[in-house]
Amino acid sequence: MTTFTEPMRALTLRLDDELFAIRAESVREILDLVPVTEVPNSTPFAFGLINVRGRVVPLANLKVAFGMAEVEPDQDTRIVVIETEIDQEPTVVGIVADKVYDVTDIEPAAIEEAPRVGMRWRPDYVRGIGKRRGDFIIIPDMQRIFEIEGRRSGTSTAEERAAS
Amino acid sequence: MSNDPAETFRQEARELLEQLEQGLLDLEHNPADDDLVNAVFRALHTIKGSGAMFGFTDVASFVHEFETAFDKVRKGLSPITPELIAVALDAKDHVHALIEAPDSADGAGEPILAALRGIVEGDSFPDAPMIDPAPAAGVPLEPTGRWRIRFRLPADALVHGTNPMLLLGEIADLGPCEVTALVDAVPGLDVIDPESCLIGWQVDLTHADPVAALDDVFLFLKDGMELSIEPLAIATMSEPELPPAAEAILDILAEEVEALAVVADVPAPKAAKPSKEPREATVAKSETASTSMRVPAERLDELMDKVGELVIAQARLSQLAALSADGNLKTVAEELERLSSGLRDTTMGIRMVPIGTIFSRFRRLVHDLSRELDKEIEFITTGEETELDKTMIERLADPLVHLIRNSVDHGLESAEQRIKAGKSAKGTVRISAVYAGAEVAISVTDDGAGLNAARIRAKAEEQGLITPETRIADQDLYYMIFAPGFSTAKEVTSLSGRGVGMDVVKRTIDGLRGKIELTTRPGEGTTFTLRLPLTLAIVEGMLIRVGNGRYSIPLSAVEECVELPASVATHSRGRNFLDIRGSLVPFLRLRDLFNTPGEPDAHQKVVIISSGEGRAGLVVDQIIGNNQTVIKQLSHLHSGIETFSGATILGDGAVALILDTSRLVSYGQAYEEKFRNESGRAAA
Repeated sequence: MTTFTEPMRALTLRLDDELFAIRAESVREILDLVPVTEVPNSTPFAFGLINVRGRVVPLANLKVAFGMAEVEPDQDTRIVVIETEIDQEPTVVGIVADKVYDVTDIEPAAIEEAPRVGMRWRPDYVRGIGKRRGDFIIIPDMQRIFEIEGRRSGTSTAEERAAS
Repeated sequence: MSNDPAETFRQEARELLEQLEQGLLDLEHNPADDDLVNAVFRALHTIKGSGAMFGFTDVASFVHEFETAFDKVRKGLSPITPELIAVALDAKDHVHALIEAPDSADGAGEPILAALRGIVEGDSFPDAPMIDPAPAAGVPLEPTGRWRIRFRLPADALVHGTNPMLLLGEIADLGPCEVTALVDAVPGLDVIDPESCLIGWQVDLTHADPVAALDDVFLFLKDGMELSIEPLAIATMSEPELPPAAEAILDILAEEVEALAVVADVPAPKAAKPSKEPREATVAKSETASTSMRVPAERLDELMDKVGELVIAQARLSQLAALSADGNLKTVAEELERLSSGLRDTTMGIRMVPIGTIFSRFRRLVHDLSRELDKEIEFITTGEETELDKTMIERLADPLVHLIRNSVDHGLESAEQRIKAGKSAKGTVRISAVYAGAEVAISVTDDGAGLNAARIRAKAEEQGLITPETRIADQDLYYMIFAPGFSTAKEVTSLSGRGVGMDVVKRTIDGLRGKIELTTRPGEGTTFTLRLPLTLAIVEGMLIRVGNGRYSIPLSAVEECVELPASVATHSRGRNFLDIRGSLVPFLRLRDLFNTPGEPDAHQKVVIISSGEGRAGLVVDQIIGNNQTVIKQLSHLHSGIETFSGATILGDGAVALILDTSRLVSYGQAYEEKFRNESGRAAA
């Protein structure tokens, strides 16, 4: 588990009713909801593709990784375009956020390791839990999430379907 | 993007070293070709000059010695032998090492130089002891002479940062000299341009070989300057043919300067003053020589991306124009369409590189393998002019190296075995490239023993890929060599037999959307054929709709489109075959394949696609039309989904997936096979 020694500059956003903090340096841009092309036979996690300034960027649904309920997109829904590593390759991906708040510094003293028990989520998906003004903020391990969830996608059953 | 001058030098030097290597390898076969000798010499000379310029002093001094030794060859004092070529190739490798990692190659150079000198000197003076220091120092101990050098710099030399004082200083370092300024061309103060260099110089210099020495001094100024070198007092001349030689070197120099000017982004002086000496011929030559420019590859990629975006924006405009009643808008849209498609073709053309650029690398490989394995090999290349996308060519180099090694090491038998088998002792490895439709086929062929089915079988069983009971056609068995970790070499050589290679080849070719084919005949040899798309960047596509999703099918794979017969359409399950002019074609319902929700359209269409020998039909809801498909790779998150080979951006900005036609055809064939088996069983 990563320990935090320096203040973390983070973009805060909301998924379902939980606050998340994403490393601000990894954020490339924040977009309003754009038309999404769904990818047949993909996983619910990496469900679509979007056009970001002429680049085809995969769109991921973090709620799948955290087992959260789906909500209909509304005027607060945003796409946060971040850069992360997938299979050691820097990759630009979009993630859907129900609402984006602000960029803030989280002091290392305010960050605790993710508890091994008592958490609804896979512990290895959470780098730490931050606290700000009495709220808990989840600091997700993006690389880990994309590594694990990304591996699940692509196990296509198209061939079996084609042969049936 | 690199503006680091050292990196610029490295890039240039790499190319020069490649030319050098080619020249040396060619010389081995045509030792009498003076042009080749000169080309080798020229490459050495340029590396020396620019190496010194960019601070690679180790390179410069090593190459200087190399050049000195080779000069003997050039002057016909030493014959060209395979030993000489082998040592010269080692020397070339050493230069390469010096350039790539200046500190790592310490001490390796001297033995090579000694060997080189040994060969060169040994042949010219058979009686001279090998350790004679005088010739080894590389300084010809020829009588010195007095020379009158007159030179004028181009008028804009000062503007370009040339300092005549430094030049004179360099000349003074060559030997005792007297300098006189020539002020005859300086006009009156009222018309003088203070930025122009109007003074000429006359230098009387004592030196053995001022032509070569002054080459270095004026390396970057040759274009547009006036230079004359005349013997002043008659000394004992060692080279009576000097003036023609001087001309030759100046020609070389002119080319170098031109090439360097482009690299350094310095505009070559355009208005070269008409020279009094008869050197116009040289100037004219350098002007008509084809000019080429070195551009970082990333810039080309960037350009391609921009053109891709332009094509997409243009498609959007065309769409709007089609809906509009404004005639002017339509005209502009059509004009733009014409321009952008021209721009697209030109840009793609820039990225196309003849495959010969990597073939030449393999000659060295075969040369080395031949010596190492003691197999005599004839290496034949054809189709060098076949052009492929630059990135594709780069990524092909490694797989081809593997295939060639494989052919030489595993394919070709030893000389004794070959003679026993009634073949010539010399094996042949052939590499060829040809266009085949929208693809390029690259083959590596050997005339060796062919693949040994029994041995592959044994190995496959040992590795657990198949069981002893498995019944498998030989052809399918052969393809097992592409399995990871598979190797049939009985002993591991330094070159092959570690089992890494063939699976890497397969994976790389798959990644390039290509295919690998293999044919082999026992006793006659093996051919590997790589089939690759011409470009990775843009293809013509057919846009189709399935449910709400739009997909692009590469047009090169589309054979025809037909209506799905109502009788077939109503059978949701059952025999998925179409009768296309008497032959049965299996079809796939993309709605089923993609899990598309909702009801299919009333009049569904079938797009018949082909790949290799197979055909398959794809049932779609609607055929929208043709489109320009700028291929974007899918990220790792989606690269595992087999039905898609990439994605593209449509005219309206939406993303559409590109269907992987060869994969879909193989699904169709799997279906067909299953159906045949079932009906076969039903009949039995």
